[in-house]
Amino acid sequence: MDLNLSPQELSFRDEVRGWLSANLPDDLRAKVLDYQELSKEDLLRWHRTLAARGWVAPAWPVEWGGTGWSAVERYIFEEETAMAGAPPVVPFGVTMCAQVLLKFGSDAQKKRFLPRIYNGDDFWCQGYSEPGSGSDLASLKTRAERRGDEYVVNGQKIWTTLGHYGDWIFCLVRTDSGTSKRQEGISFLLIDMNTPGITVRPLILLDEGHEVNEVFFDDVRVPAENLVYEENQGWTVAKYLLGHERLNTGRIGQSRREILRLRELAARTLVRGRPLLDDVRFRDRLSRVEIELMALEITNMLFFDEMRLNGKIGPEVSMHKNRGTEIQQAITELMMQAVGPRAQAFKPIRYDGFDEFMASSASRYFNFRKTSIYAGSNEIQRNIFAKMALGL
Amino acid sequence: MDFQYTEEQQLLADSVARLAEQHYDFEARKRVIASEAGHSAEAWRQLAELGLTALTLPAEHGGFDGGALDMVATMETLGQSLMLEPLVSTVGLGARLIARLGHNAQRQALLPAVAEGSLILALAHSEHDSRHDPAQVSTRAELHAGGWRLRGAKSLVIDAPLAGKLIVSARTAGESAEAAGLSLFVVDASASGLRMNTLRTQDNRRAADLTLEGVQLPADALLGEAGQAYEAIVEALDFATVLACAEAVGAMRSANLATLEYLKTRRQFGVPIGSFQALQHRLVDMFVSAEQARSITLLACSRVDAAALGELAVAERMRTVSAAKVKVSEAARHVGQEAIQLHGGMGMTQEMKVAHTFKRLTMIAQTLGDADWHLERFAANS
Repeated sequence: MDLNLSPQELSFRDEVRGWLSANLPDDLRAKVLDYQELSKEDLLRWHRTLAARGWVAPAWPVEWGGTGWSAVERYIFEEETAMAGAPPVVPFGVTMCAQVLLKFGSDAQKKRFLPRIYNGDDFWCQGYSEPGSGSDLASLKTRAERRGDEYVVNGQKIWTTLGHYGDWIFCLVRTDSGTSKRQEGISFLLIDMNTPGITVRPLILLDEGHEVNEVFFDDVRVPAENLVYEENQGWTVAKYLLGHERLNTGRIGQSRREILRLRELAARTLVRGRPLLDDVRFRDRLSRVEIELMALEITNMLFFDEMRLNGKIGPEVSMHKNRGTEIQQAITELMMQAVGPRAQAFKPIRYDGFDEFMASSASRYFNFRKTSIYAGSNEIQRNIFAKMALGL
Repeated sequence: MDFQYTEEQQLLADSVARLAEQHYDFEARKRVIASEAGHSAEAWRQLAELGLTALTLPAEHGGFDGGALDMVATMETLGQSLMLEPLVSTVGLGARLIARLGHNAQRQALLPAVAEGSLILALAHSEHDSRHDPAQVSTRAELHAGGWRLRGAKSLVIDAPLAGKLIVSARTAGESAEAAGLSLFVVDASASGLRMNTLRTQDNRRAADLTLEGVQLPADALLGEAGQAYEAIVEALDFATVLACAEAVGAMRSANLATLEYLKTRRQFGVPIGSFQALQHRLVDMFVSAEQARSITLLACSRVDAAALGELAVAERMRTVSAAKVKVSEAARHVGQEAIQLHGGMGMTQEMKVAHTFKRLTMIAQTLGDADWHLERFAANS
């Protein structure tokens, strides 16, 4: 065991760093660092840049475009892209749908969808939650009725992140409502969002931002060939995907970047002529978050290394989701505190020394309350861990 | 980076685990506590036989040139079984300082005996007003009769009653709280003028308050050069700190597994209490705390080893060690307190191992710099 980076790992880091400084466009970087909304075009432009380099889907099998990187190389890549201020690779295609197809999809489905996901030809989104089915996902009601070689879908999904950008949506639908166990009778369906009968309606969050939507299905006709895995066996697929969804929620590189910016802000913010960073009460709160993040980085790498060795996602991923999101929330809280009374202004007027990133601190604080709710609330994660890891 | 223990590290930990099972179960440990010696000579002999007293010593003096990472799995096992053996005092502090500061003759005179298990050491450094500050030393050493004469007092020297030799810090120059002017001396436990008031710690270790009333030492009792010991002391304290962190990680694992078992077997209202969500969530958080503590301990061990090889700046070592001690101290308190609470009344009794694990965890948090002290040092080096 050795947790110091090897010379090879350091040179890989330099390679990634060098490539990013040459290929990450300034306008995208500025938008990310100022927390500006990223358009569909922004997201896909970066996605395609990574795809052209062969780095958009490191975790995939090599024959489909994966990089074959070790857990450490993947971590270095994540960290460097986040530190550089690169836009995120939207997870719904690369991390979620593709992983499902790789595990459960037919050869025809893999050939049809994976290259398009890789190249950023389609924007994917996720159709899981429903108004009556949040934590209790298996109670979902959206129906898909088989008619000939089509399914006819009726119902409603909610919290559809970036659904307004979506070209395709993967959905959990009920194909049999007469089963004794609710987990049976669910199927996993890929739906082209340009199909007639689909309506996307914005849900404005408390920070007044538009990132999630309601999606309505009204007699939407879906070719039967878009069924992934077996009819009524979708719950198996759903659980597999949820593991991958949680893998994505730690956002350690982003947190590291935000802590550095928070340090800078606290160093130049004066309180009675002294830097806020030297205020013991503030500084200790910041240190605790930083230490927790240092630990989580290693916890995550140990976990990814285990995953590489035994080929599956352990239940510990639930705990990483919790710690990762708690850290993100703590950072937004400290950031708002560091900004001070000016944080009250909504989209405040800019003045010297007060930039976009400071102006958005309160909005981000409000927005980030979502992290302990989405991808399975942190309470649900504890339930999962208690059952799967502790046998309670 | 490499995340797996080497085969050697794993085999060693397995051997220590077997040793713990055979010679250090909860009942055997009670007998050790009640014994005159305060530790198990037999367990110590076997630890030495396994090479643990030699592992981190220099190869030219009977050791294996190992680092903190080589000790981690073993320290975890020690923590799980609550072993009372003076490993941290002897190899973590005493031998580390002899190896770093001593002249070749001093090293050759002492380290092979440590390696083979025949010499136990203790570091007599802290004083009544030191709290956690390694520079807060008032004990003085003066040139006298061709050697050195020591006057002063040392507070709560862990394992002193077990030790054959004490490594005693004293000022050859400067005032208390100054880094410069600190020196270390090798003092025989039976030296005349050395008074030892022995005591028992809350977690059943043996310790002593020392009074040095003009202890006369030969010139070669001084380790290395006069007045230059401070940085080596801080390094050894860092090394001992990560070993203590690893021990705490093992103790936390033990507390967590005991609590899990209790939640599965204890029945109230006709069901196992582990079926209650309020308790499940608390236990899950205990496991998370312990896991985070382990991760940062491993990181700190790596940093200590890299810095010892000159591959990492001292400030970065101190920053990471302090991060680890903050996290471990707070996790130790969290896990310890919750383990007692979830065991209910039973956790309050001497009969349960978990109560002793709680006490050990509490004392580890209290020693080698508490969370607040390390928070300060973390920030100073960030």
